[in-house]
This record gives sequence, C-alpha cells and structure tokens, in this order.
Amino acid sequence: MWFASPDEVRERLAAVDYLADDGIATSVFLAGALGKPLLAEGPAGVGKTQLAKAVALATGARLVRLQCYEGLDEARALYEWNYKKQLLRIQADGEAWEDIFSEEFLLERPLLKAIRSDEPTVLLIDETDKADVEVEGLLLEILSDYQVTIPELGTITATRRPYVVLTSNATRELSEALKRRCLYLHLGYPTPERERDIVLAQVPELPDRLAERLARTVATLRGLELKKSPSIAETVDWARTLLALGRTELDEGVIGATLGVVLKHDSDQSRAAKELGLPRP
Amino acid sequence: MSEPLLDRHVAFVAALREAGLPVSVAEGLDAARALTVIDLTERETLREAYAATMVKRPRHRPGFDALFDLWFPPVTSDGPAASASEGGAARPVSTLPGEPREPGEPGRPAELAGLRDRLAELLTGDPDAPEFRAFARSMVERFGRVPAAGNRQSWFSYPVLRALSPQTLIARLLDAMLAERGGVPEQVARHQISRNIRRFEEAVASDVRRRIAEESGIEKIAKASVAPPIDRVDFLRLTKDELARLRREVHPLARRLATRLTARRKRGHRGRLDFRRTVRASLSTGGVPLSPRLRPRRPHRPELVILCDASGSVAAFSHFTLLLTFALREQFTKVRAFAFVDAVDEITAFFRPGADVLDAVTRMAEEADIVRFGRTDYGRVFTRFAERYGDAIGPRTSLLILGDARSNYQAPALDTLRLLAGEARHAYWLNPEPRPQWDTGDSVATAYAGIVPMYECRNVAQLAAFVEELD
Repeated sequence: MWFASPDEVRERLAAVDYLADDGIATSVFLAGALGKPLLAEGPAGVGKTQLAKAVALATGARLVRLQCYEGLDEARALYEWNYKKQLLRIQADGEAWEDIFSEEFLLERPLLKAIRSDEPTVLLIDETDKADVEVEGLLLEILSDYQVTIPELGTITATRRPYVVLTSNATRELSEALKRRCLYLHLGYPTPERERDIVLAQVPELPDRLAERLARTVATLRGLELKKSPSIAETVDWARTLLALGRTELDEGVIGATLGVVLKHDSDQSRAAKELGLPRP
Repeated sequence: MSEPLLDRHVAFVAALREAGLPVSVAEGLDAARALTVIDLTERETLREAYAATMVKRPRHRPGFDALFDLWFPPVTSDGPAASASEGGAARPVSTLPGEPREPGEPGRPAELAGLRDRLAELLTGDPDAPEFRAFARSMVERFGRVPAAGNRQSWFSYPVLRALSPQTLIARLLDAMLAERGGVPEQVARHQISRNIRRFEEAVASDVRRRIAEESGIEKIAKASVAPPIDRVDFLRLTKDELARLRREVHPLARRLATRLTARRKRGHRGRLDFRRTVRASLSTGGVPLSPRLRPRRPHRPELVILCDASGSVAAFSHFTLLLTFALREQFTKVRAFAFVDAVDEITAFFRPGADVLDAVTRMAEEADIVRFGRTDYGRVFTRFAERYGDAIGPRTSLLILGDARSNYQAPALDTLRLLAGEARHAYWLNPEPRPQWDTGDSVATAYAGIVPMYECRNVAQLAAFVEELD
C-alpha cells in the first residue's frame, strides 16, 4: 500500500512542500490503491514532473525516470544487449554462443530497471507525448501487466509493482488504449488562492501580502489572450526575482521592469503592457 | 458495493455516455473498483475518483461536473420544501410552500440591500468556501421559485440574478477594494471580481438544476445541462464567447496538429545509414550486417497558399482557420494567405511572425481590399486571383481553399479553378457547411468538389481529422 487515504496523501505531500488539491490527492491515492498508472496532463510548468518526484520523496521510494523524446526506442527505454562485450566474448571463445545472452550482457534501461526493482520504486515516464506512437505500444504491455518479455531470457514479471506516473503536455493526443489503462489527472493553472500558498511554500521569505498580489496579477495575465500563459514555475521565479531586487510592492513600474520573467514572447509582453497600462521599457 | 449505489453508478455511467463522453466498460469497472477504496461520504473525493477513472479529456470535464452534481447532489438541509438555513439576516418573510410568491418578487428594499451586502462580502472572498455555495443555495430558495401550471412550481436562475444583480456590485466592490482607481490594481481586482461573479452564477445554475432534478427526475434535466465539448461546436454557430475560447486553443491545437503532421515521418527506406542500429541488428546474423538500418528522412516542408472566404456568412470559420494556419506557419517553408469576398487581396503581411493575432484580424478587416459590392463571388475571385497572384502557385505548393462555395448565382469559373488546382501539388477545399446543405440555394459545392477534393469541416474535431489524412 502506498497511501491509506487521500487525506494522508495531502499531508505527506505537504510535508515535502507539494500542495495537493482534491483532484491531485484523490488520483494519487487511487493510483496506489488500484495499482494503476497515473497520467498527469497539462500545460508546461504546472508541476507534473514535480508530482512524481514528490511522491517518491514522500514515500521514500526510489525514482526511476524515463525521459521521452522523438526517436526513443526499445533499446533505450527497455533493455539492450551489450553487443561490444558479446562480440569480444565470441572472439575470445568460439564456443560461447550459448552464454552471451545472459544477465552479464544485459544493459538495463529505465523500464526494465523499474520492473525488476525489489525496493519500492516510482517510475516517471516524462513527456510521453514527445515519444513516437510505437513507444505507446511498448508501454501497454508494461503498464497493464507489469511484465516485460525478452525473447532470449523469457518473461520478467515485477516482483513489486512500481508506482507509475506518466506526464504529457498534450502536444498530441495519446492513444485511447494507453489512456484507458491509466488514471487521468488534468493539472491546470491553480486558483489564485492555491497559487499564493504554493509560492509561499516555495519562497517562504516572501511577505504574505506580496504573494497574494503576485498570484492575483498572474491570474489576470492568464485571463488575457496570450501565446503562452505564465506557469506556476514562472510565478515562483517572479517571486524570487522580486525578493532578489528587494521589492516589497508590486506596482506598474516593477511589473513592467520584470515582466520578462513570466512572459517570454514579445507579442505577449506588448499585449500585457497594453491591457494593463504598463510603461514599456 | 451495495445495490442502490451500484444502480446509481450504472445510471451515472449511462448518462455520461449519453452526453457524449466515451466511457469504456473497462473504465466503468475501474470507477466501481475505485468506489470500494475511497470514503464515499467525502463528496469531492468521490467526484475526483470518478473523474480520474472515466474522464480522460479536459474538455469533457465541465459536462462531467454538471452531471455529477445531478447524480450525486450535495447533502443539504434545504430541500425544495424545507427552509433555507443559511443567509443570516436573509431569512425570507415566508417560504411556506403553499404560499406562492410572484416570480422574482423583489422583497423589501431593506432586506434586499442586506442580501446584496452579504453577496458583496462573499464576492471579495474565496469562492471555494462552503458559505459561498450555501449562500447561492439559499438565494435560489428565496428568489428562484416560479409557479408553473397547475399546483406546481419550477426553478430558474434568471430571477435570482435579476434580484441580486451581482454585475451592478462591481463598481462598489472596486471602490471598497482600492484606494484609487486605475492601472494594474484595478485590472487585477476586476479580474478577481468577475471570476467570482461567474462562480456565483454557476453555483446558482447548478442548484437550480439540482432542484429541478429533485422534483421532476434527473433524466429530464440531464440532457439540457451538458453543452457539447468545444471541439464539437459548429464553427458557423460559434458564440462570441466560444470563439474566444477557441482562440485560446489555437496555439496548443496548432502544436498538436503540427506534431501529427510530422509524426508521419517514420524510419524510412532511404536516407543515411544509422551505424549504431545497423551493428546492433547485425548481431542476429553473427556480426554480418545483412540489413542496414537508416536514419529517418527529413520531413517534407511544403509551401502553403490559402484562399480564405472572409464574408460575413463564414466569418467565425475563416477567422479561426486563419489563426490556426498562421500558428502552423513553422511547419511550412512559406505561407501566403489571401482573403476574398468579391475581390481578392493578399493578407500575409498582417500575420508576420510574432504578430498579435487579434490585431492582425482587425487590421485585415480594415486595410485589406477584399470587398467590392459585398456579395461573395467565387468565379470573379478565382479569375482575379489567377491574373494577379497566379505565380504564387507552383509545383511544391499546397492550395487550401476555405469557404462555403455560395457564389450568389454568379458564374463559377470552373476552368480557372481547374488550372490553379492543376499547377499545385495538392489542392483541398474545406467547407464549413454540413454536407446535406451543399448544392442547396446558391451553393455550387459539388461542381467545385469535382475539381478540388472538398471536405466538410464544421468543427475542430473534423479539422483535426482532415489534417490527419493530409500527406
């Protein structure tokens, strides 16, 4: 058992500075209780990867991370035979054909590592949407049965089911089959109230009132039609910036001067400046 | 799982499917399994457990929430006939069921002022607080009852919002929150207040639905309470609000479509040798590289020419597709766009990289020379286009025409279009009208479709399906 109840999830995640709302707490709890993978989807910088790290930290489990990218294949996600070593072995001993497909020559990649692990493991499959569609097929077997088939060695079944978190920025729609096997958690931008608490948890030195102003200002920015809305990570950066500059007020001048911390497109900056009436630097 | 709970669960899943959420049998089972491990008395946990197991797309969430509120209403003491327990000084003079009130009866001015004070106070606070919803419920109880035919009654949100008119509180709230008006603080405060007002309106609407469901059965109200997800909304019927929501979706959508376009790029049969994978593959043949492995090919980056009907009848559609095309710009080496009504003009310059999309659309409407008499004339447009911009189309060009093919009974200039389409590498026509309406009235859809393949493109889902087919 990973967690006993959603409330416990909330407490233990809060202990490692991750503030969970009802949705997060319930799905994190269910993923553990039902033994199903958790798919966290949402815009960049809302704490999807951080969630997996927080779960690992809160439960004292080992974190195994598979970063997805275009062109990721079985050899780099699952396992690979150490062919150089195999070649050397064959050259050294012509009779060695039988031995070269054994543990000794197996290179473990993150998925296999998580499956074979004896200790509690959190498997983070990051940015699943970046990988090719074929990788999803590979994940299906692993995520539904927690087993891997290696032709030369046979089927390896997990002795201890890892806690699996998949993240996706929704740049493409993941396949129906994959979604069906996962619990789904949409992480969106938080309410100003929650964002204030997150900022305060990350930057405790910030005065409460300034954090409140900051969260509300960011919420207003997100209300504009921008190319890229500010993420939570950027709000936290903004808070750190203000602290470093020694500002205790968030007025037009300060916002105008530091807007680049949260808005990274020129058109977004001019739009925000126009709508909020900021001085342009 | 107890039997009544199971029945409710099954009915709820059925209602979700009815509302268009694709809930598979396996997902329904997952949800049932989740119910056995959570504390069922925690309503929000129950809601999130259902959402995690059955709602796998964010755009389905609003519909899910509306239905969840109907099937699993909050436990309240104020049923239809009981009296409101919240609201403090807001106790109505009389709420006895036998004593019908006039619809939306304003109540005594002093009492109403008290209620509005309370609302103003709540609007500056946290809308997730329990007293916020409780107040909404008691206000529906107080103002939302409207007598219907016979000895019956019905519930509406309109009289509640009219009596309290939260919109008129904005000025007062701003004065209370700010020392002086203007600048960023006012924008921020406005944003907060209008968000909370929206939350109040939703809370009222949700409670009204609950009361109707209690009195006349859930099924009756369920259908009416779920709006179709945004990607199923008809382009030609978009409200202003939905268009704004779609605009917000443009960039994520463009990114999604772009990845779909490049996802096609698989490991090819031509290209440079992939040394690592070749050696790896040679192992199965004893170190002899029998089958070479190759690196994927570079993606094909086509040039794109867009001809876009900008007349009023398809405004929302062309507006959206234009934005999308320019968001897709990175995928193409060259994009040129032309808009027309009965004259045609190039609008590429308005959409330079980094331009603000809203400004671009406004400038296009003001500056581009696309209107002569204001009645769409496809024939004339194609002829003029071939004369003035014929060189825009070459063997590497994909030509995309967006419009409803309604030409006000003018000559269609089919030969000119055939010529244009012949020179392009591909040509496609996207028509925002439903297929059954093609060829009715002044539409010459089929005639054009004989030359350029025409696709029905009424909503984002169909647009995505079209891009999927593209090659």
